[in-house]
Amino acid sequence: MSAAYAAREQAFTHRRRRGAELFLLVLSLVVGIGAYAAVGLGVKGRVPTDIVGYGGWLAGLCLVAHLVVRFTAPYADPVLLPIVAALNGLGLALIHRIDLGYAQSHTPIGPFAENQLVWMTLGVVLFVGVLVGLRDHRRLQAFTYTSGLAGLVLLVLPLLPVIGTQINGARIWIHVGSLSFQPGEVAKVMLVLFFAGYLVLHRDALALAGRRFAGIDFPRGRDLGPILAMWLVSLAVLVFQRDLGSSLLFFGLFLVMLYVATERPGWLVVGATMFLAGAYCAYLFVGHVQVRVDAWLHPFAQGNNAYQLVQGLYGMAWGGLVGRGLGQGDPTITPLGFSDFIMASLGEELGLTGVMAVLLLYGLIVERALRTALVCRDAFGKLVAVGLAVVFALQVFVVVGGVTRLIPLTGLTTPFLSYGGSSLVANWAIIALLLRISDQARRPLPALGDPEDDATAVVQLR
Amino acid sequence: MNKPIRTMAIFCMLLFVALLLNSTYLQYVDAGHLNSRSDNKRVRDAEFSRKRGAIVAGGTSVAESRRTKDRYTYQRTYPQPLKYAQLTGFYSYIYGRSGVESSQNDILSGSDSRLFVNRVVDLLGNSRPKGGSVKLTIDPKAQTAAFDGLRALGRNVQGAVVALQPSTGKVLAMVSNPTYDPNRLASHDFGSVQRAWKQLTGNPDQPLLNRGIQETYPPGSTFKLVTAAAALSSGQYTPQTRVQGGTRLDLPLTSTDLVNENGSDCGGSSITLTQALEVSCNVSFGSIGLKLGDAALRQQARKFGFGQTYLGGLDGQVASRFPAHPDAPQTALSAIGQFDVAATPLQMAVVAAGIADGGTVMRPYVVDEVRAPDLSVLDKTQPEAYRSNAVSASVARDLTQMMVEVVDHGTATTAQIPGMKVAGKTGTAQSEPSRPPYAWFVSFAPADNPKVAVAVLVEDAGVARDAISGSGLAAPIAKRVMEAVTRP
Repeated sequence: MSAAYAAREQAFTHRRRRGAELFLLVLSLVVGIGAYAAVGLGVKGRVPTDIVGYGGWLAGLCLVAHLVVRFTAPYADPVLLPIVAALNGLGLALIHRIDLGYAQSHTPIGPFAENQLVWMTLGVVLFVGVLVGLRDHRRLQAFTYTSGLAGLVLLVLPLLPVIGTQINGARIWIHVGSLSFQPGEVAKVMLVLFFAGYLVLHRDALALAGRRFAGIDFPRGRDLGPILAMWLVSLAVLVFQRDLGSSLLFFGLFLVMLYVATERPGWLVVGATMFLAGAYCAYLFVGHVQVRVDAWLHPFAQGNNAYQLVQGLYGMAWGGLVGRGLGQGDPTITPLGFSDFIMASLGEELGLTGVMAVLLLYGLIVERALRTALVCRDAFGKLVAVGLAVVFALQVFVVVGGVTRLIPLTGLTTPFLSYGGSSLVANWAIIALLLRISDQARRPLPALGDPEDDATAVVQLR
Repeated sequence: MNKPIRTMAIFCMLLFVALLLNSTYLQYVDAGHLNSRSDNKRVRDAEFSRKRGAIVAGGTSVAESRRTKDRYTYQRTYPQPLKYAQLTGFYSYIYGRSGVESSQNDILSGSDSRLFVNRVVDLLGNSRPKGGSVKLTIDPKAQTAAFDGLRALGRNVQGAVVALQPSTGKVLAMVSNPTYDPNRLASHDFGSVQRAWKQLTGNPDQPLLNRGIQETYPPGSTFKLVTAAAALSSGQYTPQTRVQGGTRLDLPLTSTDLVNENGSDCGGSSITLTQALEVSCNVSFGSIGLKLGDAALRQQARKFGFGQTYLGGLDGQVASRFPAHPDAPQTALSAIGQFDVAATPLQMAVVAAGIADGGTVMRPYVVDEVRAPDLSVLDKTQPEAYRSNAVSASVARDLTQMMVEVVDHGTATTAQIPGMKVAGKTGTAQSEPSRPPYAWFVSFAPADNPKVAVAVLVEDAGVARDAISGSGLAAPIAKRVMEAVTRP
């Protein structure tokens, strides 16, 4: 860091903006509770009787989250929490709407909304836990290999005989008693921490030391070994679990973090080539992939198993520009309209307007996370923030692009919107991590008595 | 590390831009196409629970939506089901739609672009969007006369009647029998709808078929009008020109002869063209056909609309045809409407209407007006000349006079209307020995100021073979229709 840059950094102090956050949170609650009321009006013609209790609970959760941020991370980004609250509230209302739809047609599915509210509460608890328990994100660097191992174990869990179960063709669930969990969602965070910690230590070696061959600098095996092994293992596990979406997600994450750490775009070229070759091979040899690609290319052809995709497309087209209105469409026609296809339900009832609004909210989350990475002062924090941002952007792209037939459909959850406890809890933890990093990044540098006394600025790791 | 982070920011932005563009394409650009797909359950459900516009003939609805208490809110109802089934078509949840219900679906369902303002108003006023109504060109009196006349021959008689207004092309009546009850297909009791569908599609008499436009038949002697028109237009013939008569015409290249109906004589070995049409002399028209050649006949047929589809407002019309490469004997047979000549009843009505209108063939159409839910007229079909010079005015005049003679003294005396000049031509067409001949009659009235042109086809009336003739079976029906239109 150059002296001039340091001086500029010192001169500019970020404001806390907690009041702005509170104001935006109120707007988010208007979205969430308003959508809940609109669902009641649309389906049953009256505002739900439990609106006060429901709204109160939602408001309480937001208030707790806000207060915890205010006291433990006063300089954290003020936009992230309100966006997440709005998305989560909207998701709850949509899931509730689908519940009502299934109840009306006496379909024995659900209800899910109550469970989702419980999961959201757990998510906020974890959010609070992360912010309170983790006062400096750099402590996580000490757990680099621990998180790598944890991520790996979590990925393997669903393959174990007793607790692992296969749902809709993908073996990504574990069951303990009556609880089910998708460990991949948590593994995602663990792998980001592992990659970040590892790359911080080895990025110079990866970038500089190595053998030049055919115009490309290849890193030394000892630097590349562990990370390549890690990647291969996670990829192999995913192929066995037949979960294409996650596979793509982890590969993209790995690639981007490597590129950011080493600042060498060559990694992207090599990685993209590897990915395209791998994808083509998968298309040729894996039946599951072929089915998905054919359904993507010719959804209306007979026998292409694209019923769900087509119904989702019909739903979104039926919604048009402004949507049918909450409770006025037929989102229950689309299978899994409350989880994987919640974007189709959203498009049907809130139209292109709603879809664009939600996409922009997702975009804002990514932008805020990347901004955090930019201003973050330490390499580990930068890498974690970039990793989380990219994993989030890729996930949204893969799932929304799949539902809207931009790319072949793969099963991934829609962050904060779709039904699913593990995803919701994990995403709340991600936001907490981002807030922690951004609090560190935006906090004014501690006043140092003597600029010569640099050596006393000790980073406490434990 | 900030440079790659900025690169990643741009990369992420591109991902989101792609998503935004793609959803815009899906929900705005491509939405219309997706919404019009027939397997789209949402659109169908919404259409079914919307107040669909009425189909009106004269002053009364022949198809309307009535409120019900079941889940679709509205029930499509056909107050005069059998009489109008071929026009209205059916509107079924399972089997889609047909007839005007299909061709005018955009208006009836309210999704037509001309109803856009109404939809916006409905949206703002929070009322359910309603469909517009369609007014048919049908004259209920003519339709009733045609239907009753045809059904008088028996409930299961196979036949069709098409009546046109010569000066505009308006379809005044279109009846096909056997018919069916579209209410049975529009029912919301899907089990009974499936049974009804199975029964209708399994019926060898094909009650769903609109025989007026969807099936071609050998036109027999009614096609002699086209041959006569070609002859007069060639300049080689006048109504008084003497043509070959007698009992038989030696067909070149074959050992068989062309004979008259029942082997009769045409009234001399040399008769006038008018006389030949009066008695429907096969020998005369066969020889005229040989002299004119197949090209002249085909060209004249084309001018009347053979080989083309032109009916406005209703889908499914099939083209009538004249054989492409007949040899000489086949040309002679074609000239009397046998061999491979085939015409829809609509086509023969168009021939009569063209002659009646002084040689101008108006494009026939069934939809007069489309109206918004508030009954304001959105669109009124303007009559349009389809062929302005199918025959010249003088040829049309000559033909009319010859057709009047046919009714006054010839084969079609059964079509006479007291106090009115009627122009007509009978036909009895043989197809295969195994099935009864087709009885035809085409006519228009009054001959000096035509108000209506009719074509009647009786395919199978279930009567004895020798009782089948155009004058006996078909002409009385045409007479009823002409009377219904001309007598107030």
